[in-house]
Amino acid sequence: MRPTLDDTRPIYLQIREMIEDEIIEGRLLEETQAPSTNQLVAFYKINPATILKGINQLVDAGILYKKRGVGMFVAAGSKQQLLAKRKEHFLREYVEPMHKEAERLSISEDELHSLVFKRGGNPNEH
Amino acid sequence: MNINFDHVSFTRKQKTILHDISFQLEGPKIVGLLGRNGAGKTTLLSILTAFQKASSGTVTLNNENTFENEHAVEQMIFVRDQNFEYETEKVSDYLETYAKFRPNFDHDYAKRLLKQFRVSNDLEVAKLSKGMASAMQVVIGLASRAPVTIFDEAYLGMDAPARDLFYKEVLNDFMEHPRLIILSTHLISEMETLFEEVLIIKNGRLFTHEDKEVFQQRGYRITGEEQSVNEFSKDKTIVATQQLGPTKSVMIYGSFTDDDQRCLTDLNLERSFVSLQDLFIHLTEEENEDDE
Repeated sequence: MRPTLDDTRPIYLQIREMIEDEIIEGRLLEETQAPSTNQLVAFYKINPATILKGINQLVDAGILYKKRGVGMFVAAGSKQQLLAKRKEHFLREYVEPMHKEAERLSISEDELHSLVFKRGGNPNEH
Repeated sequence: MNINFDHVSFTRKQKTILHDISFQLEGPKIVGLLGRNGAGKTTLLSILTAFQKASSGTVTLNNENTFENEHAVEQMIFVRDQNFEYETEKVSDYLETYAKFRPNFDHDYAKRLLKQFRVSNDLEVAKLSKGMASAMQVVIGLASRAPVTIFDEAYLGMDAPARDLFYKEVLNDFMEHPRLIILSTHLISEMETLFEEVLIIKNGRLFTHEDKEVFQQRGYRITGEEQSVNEFSKDKTIVATQQLGPTKSVMIYGSFTDDDQRCLTDLNLERSFVSLQDLFIHLTEEENEDDE
């Protein structure tokens, strides 16, 4: 779990994404119990209604489901579903802007390819 | 719990402090009452809790008038800055006296909280530091478990760790004993995550009463090339403007539609989220005519 929230986005979205990240990164497994509203309230010091808003969106999306009297559980297939959604997001938010910027800087396709796959190395380093 | 303010005004010495205020609060819920100093927050709360009588309009709690109504008043606790200069009782005795009038008072919880806030039971109330006196009042407010619990800038004088403990306990105790909790403050950045709803008072008038997230998303910032920003914001309510060379940034208050989204993409502008505190500062800064 992220230690703190930031004030650049609505908090319920951050709660939602934080649980999604836990599932994607395998810290929260399918068919196991998700953190309870009470735990999240205590951890982040946030109004329970705000937490519920984030959790309810995950329930509506089929990522979490409620076991009566027990709590929220991670749905089977949720990791695949989230990965597909996040790939779309990756394309829109990272790949497309990168192509745009590469064009602006007159970086050729070959050059871009080698830049992307030589992660961490700075081509201008002496 | 249902609180109803119906066209409430309050005038003192020919000066109108509250102008025609109407709203309804439905509990259980944590509500933030926000306003600048002198906006009328404390007056509003003291009318709600029947310490003062509205000059006109009615205030009800569960459909009963609150003024001179013992049954209604018993269900509310109003924690506010108080002068304890002449209070020679010890903290423990003061709490005992107080608890007599509070049917739900939880003595064990009060003891535990006092310990956490490091307020010594054996001290005379008059000898408590400002922060300690605030902490003792917060303890009374929480442990009373009144169906309507009101903290009017209760954190005054408390240091950062004590305020943090206070916020944590408000949430904890609310989860265990759901009730209507009203927190009045102008320290918004510290407390905004606690609120489900906000009630904003500006110059004695009700500025808004709505869900905190809904209110917050009504405000957003648009940044980009000056002309594009001007084009986008020409029919909108701008509450703040910043400029750095050819780049302009405006804070807008109003709804954001699908058309706006298209316009934003066409003009190559960036939209960002604003914090409740930023929005509050800019919406309440102009014409502060009230010097009360």
